[in-house]
This record gives sequence, C-alpha cells and structure tokens, in this order.
Amino acid sequence: MVYLTRLEHFNAAHKLYNPSWSREKNEEVFGKCANENWHGHNYELLVTVKGTPDPDTGFLFDVKKLSNIIKQEVTEKLDHKNLNEDVDFMRNKMCSTENLAIEIWKQLEPHIPSPVKLHCVKLYETPRIYIEYFGDRT
Amino acid sequence: MAQKVAVFRKEHFNAAHRLFNPSWDNDRNNNVFGKCNNPNFHGHNYEIVVKLVGEPDPETGYVMDMKALSNLIKENVLQRFDHKNLNLDTEYFKNVNPTAENICVVIYNILREKIDKRLEMQVRLYETERNFVEYPVSEL
Repeated sequence: MVYLTRLEHFNAAHKLYNPSWSREKNEEVFGKCANENWHGHNYELLVTVKGTPDPDTGFLFDVKKLSNIIKQEVTEKLDHKNLNEDVDFMRNKMCSTENLAIEIWKQLEPHIPSPVKLHCVKLYETPRIYIEYFGDRT
Repeated sequence: MAQKVAVFRKEHFNAAHRLFNPSWDNDRNNNVFGKCNNPNFHGHNYEIVVKLVGEPDPETGYVMDMKALSNLIKENVLQRFDHKNLNLDTEYFKNVNPTAENICVVIYNILREKIDKRLEMQVRLYETERNFVEYPVSEL
C-alpha cells in the first residue's frame, strides 16, 4: 500500500456562530471567531489517497486527475467565498474546520475511482491549526 | 561600536475583506477584481513583519526591546484587525480599498507614530505565502 498526497489551497471568510444561541452565548463559546461581520483564512488542503501502483504506469493515481477532482468538487466552490453563505454543502452546518474537513471528504469520496481509496483529508486553517479526517471507519 | 543593525518582529492576524470600487458598476468590479469582489467577502491569514534599523543601545544592546515591539503591534494593529472584517469593522478602509498594498501602508502609518523616530522602519505584509508587499520602498 502506498499513499499519495496532493496539496491545494483556498482563501475564504467564515464565522463560528450558532443561530439557536444568543449573541452572548456565541461570544462566550466562540470568542472573536463569532464576529458577525466574518473573518478569514488561507486554508491549505491535503488530500491523501491510497492503493497499489498500476503496473503499466507506476502510478497509484494520476495526480493531475486528483488535482482536477479537488478543484472541481471542492476548491472552486470554496475559494474566495464566504463558507457560511456561499457554499451549498456547508449550508445549515457549523462552519468549523472539523465540519469542513468532513464535508470535503464527502464531496471527494464518490469521485475517487476504485480500487484507489480516499485515505485522509487534512485541512489547515492557519499554519498552526489543522484537522485530519480519515472517514467513518466503523 | 556604532553600527546599524536590523531587527524584525513577525506577527499575524486573520481577517475578511472584499476588493471593489463603489463608484464602478458590478461588471467593471468583476472584470478588475474578479473573485476578490465576492459581495459576501473572503479572507486571509495575514502575516506582518516589522523591520527596524538603528544602532544598538550601548546600555541594553537592543535596537528595540522585541517584547515592547510585539506589544505595540498587538495593541495597535492586531486588536484592530484580527478576526475582523477589514471593510466593515475598521475605520481605515471605509474609503480605501483593503488591498495588501493599502493595508501595509496603514499599518506602517499606525506604527510609525509609536516607534522612536531615530529608528528606520519598514513593514512587509503577507496576504498569502505567495503574495506579499513592502512599504516604504527605500532600501534600508
């Protein structure tokens, strides 16, 4: 088994705000991330797939195809967008990096052709904060 | 030993912004600013590097106490910009487009007033790892 990772990036605005709570409770829980006029990040997205190299090409998966899948299904929908307002797959969800990584996994997984498997979505919100999601392994 | 030395302090803030010119129509804004004109904003992890040049103080050996410089940047820049919408939440970009260029000039002007005039100063602002600007331009 080998693992192949492609790095992409996008820049977006968001806020952490639970609409069923009062503003005071949101500020207490989410602090400055609850700023009603949004703030933003340079996100870095690392997508890892796993499998065995094809004997004819030596490739696990054509990395250009992987890059195009990530762009079409994820980064073009997120880049220079407001994650709370502009993104269909984040609608009515709390816009944390955790949830964003899980939803990115759901967008990508159907487009990774068997026998290659999606292994990990790693999402950096800042150079110091990142989330890893390995799918629902139950 | 009166030789000039450059010292640098790096800080960061995360903010939302939108690039557009309110006196232009939407088509022209889209042509010029592209996806940066998204009316719902987008955002960045900004990084600022403040460079000071001067002779180290003979008693302390410091050009400037870096902790004091850090506090100055936090109190005067980060508190105003971090986790804010640069267009809506700050006084500086009501009539000025919050491009990296203009943000850098604003930060320089804020800090220049607070820092010893004998020290030369330059600010570098990273909007992304790949896009960054410097002000003023003179070689220090």
